[in-house]
Amino acid sequence: MNIIVCIKQVPDTTEVKINPETGTLIREGVPSIINPFDTYAIEEGLRLKEQFGGKVTVISMGPPQAMEALKEAVAMGADEAILLSDKAFAGSDTWATAYTLSQAIKKCGGFDIILCGKQAIDGDTGQVGPGIARQLGISQLTYVFKIRKLDSESRAIVVERLLEEGREVVETTLPAVLTVVKDINQPRYPTFLGIRRATKMQIPVWGAADLPETDSNKFGLKGSPTQVVRVFNPPKREGKVDLIQANSVDEAAAILADKLLAEKVI
Amino acid sequence: MALLEINKDECTGCGACVDVCPFGALSLVDNIAEVDDKCTACGACLDVCPVNALSLPERPTAAAEGLAAYQGVWVWVEQFRGEAASISWEMLGQGRRLADQRKTILTACVLGYNVEHIAKQAVAYGADRVFWVDDPSLAVYRTQPYANTLVTLVQQYKPEIFLLGASSRGRDLAGSVATELYTGLTADCTGLDIDPETNLLRQTRPAFGGNIMATIICPNYRPQMATVRHRVFEMPVADHTRQGQIISIKPVMSEDEIATRVVDFLVEQGEVNLADAKIIVSGGRGVGGPEGFKPIRELAEVLGGAVGASRATVDAGWIPYAHQVGQTGRTVRPDLYIACGISGAVQHLAGMGTSKVIVAINKDPEAPIFSVADYGIVGDLFQVVPALTEQFKKKLRK
Repeated sequence: MNIIVCIKQVPDTTEVKINPETGTLIREGVPSIINPFDTYAIEEGLRLKEQFGGKVTVISMGPPQAMEALKEAVAMGADEAILLSDKAFAGSDTWATAYTLSQAIKKCGGFDIILCGKQAIDGDTGQVGPGIARQLGISQLTYVFKIRKLDSESRAIVVERLLEEGREVVETTLPAVLTVVKDINQPRYPTFLGIRRATKMQIPVWGAADLPETDSNKFGLKGSPTQVVRVFNPPKREGKVDLIQANSVDEAAAILADKLLAEKVI
Repeated sequence: MALLEINKDECTGCGACVDVCPFGALSLVDNIAEVDDKCTACGACLDVCPVNALSLPERPTAAAEGLAAYQGVWVWVEQFRGEAASISWEMLGQGRRLADQRKTILTACVLGYNVEHIAKQAVAYGADRVFWVDDPSLAVYRTQPYANTLVTLVQQYKPEIFLLGASSRGRDLAGSVATELYTGLTADCTGLDIDPETNLLRQTRPAFGGNIMATIICPNYRPQMATVRHRVFEMPVADHTRQGQIISIKPVMSEDEIATRVVDFLVEQGEVNLADAKIIVSGGRGVGGPEGFKPIRELAEVLGGAVGASRATVDAGWIPYAHQVGQTGRTVRPDLYIACGISGAVQHLAGMGTSKVIVAINKDPEAPIFSVADYGIVGDLFQVVPALTEQFKKKLRK
């Protein structure tokens, strides 16, 4: 089974601090990590390989430092890794990102299953997975919570998707793109041997010229339909907290209940 | 890799750009601005440079006459088991405002099986025209037949703006449709308005876990597509006397061409739709264990609300992931959010910080949750929450 996992390196938002004076983000010294949802995708890929054989290839598009994310995936157990890095890719929105990744996936040759995290924690769009599926003309199964069944002979796959109202059980035929949510598994830690392998591994870097279709108008800023015109700090919540003081818990609860009823939110 | 060009001869080293960069990509090296790979080409720095030393590469512009052919505002009406999602009506309300501003018509796309009643409702909620596609193959949402039908309709009728709800289905569908059409799609918007000068749709959304907001446009491609978050826009009032045109459309795929099949749908006992909930009572680490959610559930039940949870409680296995609120869970926007034993990490605040009224109940008066709360009680949730439940039982029964 040929398994491809698309990952993104993101700033670790758990380490982000806000400058109290300017209200802006302090990104100095914020470490870069593999997008948390992508670590579940990597783990799921490794589990499928353990069950069905084959290989796991991780692909990332980003600046040269995204190599670290790929090395971490290799240390977890991925067999191969490819970095898509080129000035031509800079400024990509989700359309251009999905286009570029799908070009790389085509170049990899045969694929049975493509795994992505449900979204990245910096952009939060969740659009690249469906974009890849469309570019490749294959089925997409988003928000996957569990792979129930996968038959490598008939190539049928049954998954549970996490939707607002509950879990939907869907069946399709491979190849397919799956985007996964957090509860699907518990990602493993890199092993000592894996780290050694990752350190030694020469990971290829592909640029625009290395991809099968080299229409430069579809890469990067040029190929991106959307443009950011303004970036600003979110409006702060106004006012201060009304801390309820009372002689007893019951009294405090009564005061709070009255205030909430007066707010007309109940 | 950064796309930002810095004219080092012009740069005076004033540092204005360094201060405004939301990504910390700029710094002063030997009193001259330098940019690194963290640059996302957002352009926030361009206007503050007093000597115009900063620039981004020119983008190609599309032929204006091609774009002018695209007119009208469209909304996809999501349905589940023959019932329309409330988010779709919220978007018809906003779509109505945008259509009026652009002096154009509002079209609803209703796909499903036996959903003529939804097509009629769409008119009541503000649509001038409804594309109604009714077929057994569309009974349950599936990406392929839904996306292909919408792509065909867009190609034929050319809308200027196309809005979808940022629900799981809406995001699944929008990503596929925009890719096929080769047009821009902005996810999870919390603000939509028309630029009075350019007539472009300005789409504002939170990014980076809600720490920054970005306004995005799509000047050269059509339609301008966006998914919009739950409960951002007011629910319009249905007017059943409104008249509108309902046009029946044939589906573009037959069942045997569709690769996916929905075989089952599991709704767990007590399963809650957090996105739609008007009231959410959430438990954090302070609940101490799975049984600690009992008082939380009781309060939620009395208020007719849903149960939320912090990441810590989900990671500890105390409650299923479906309840998780926050950056790696669901983003919610209820009228009332009651946080019990939740300290209020940045990631949690990103998921609930825009709730209308926030109540914090926590032992630690220094907990960050109090900085976003409207009301707070410092105390043990195991005493405060049951007391609150009792109070509401009394007061709501009256």
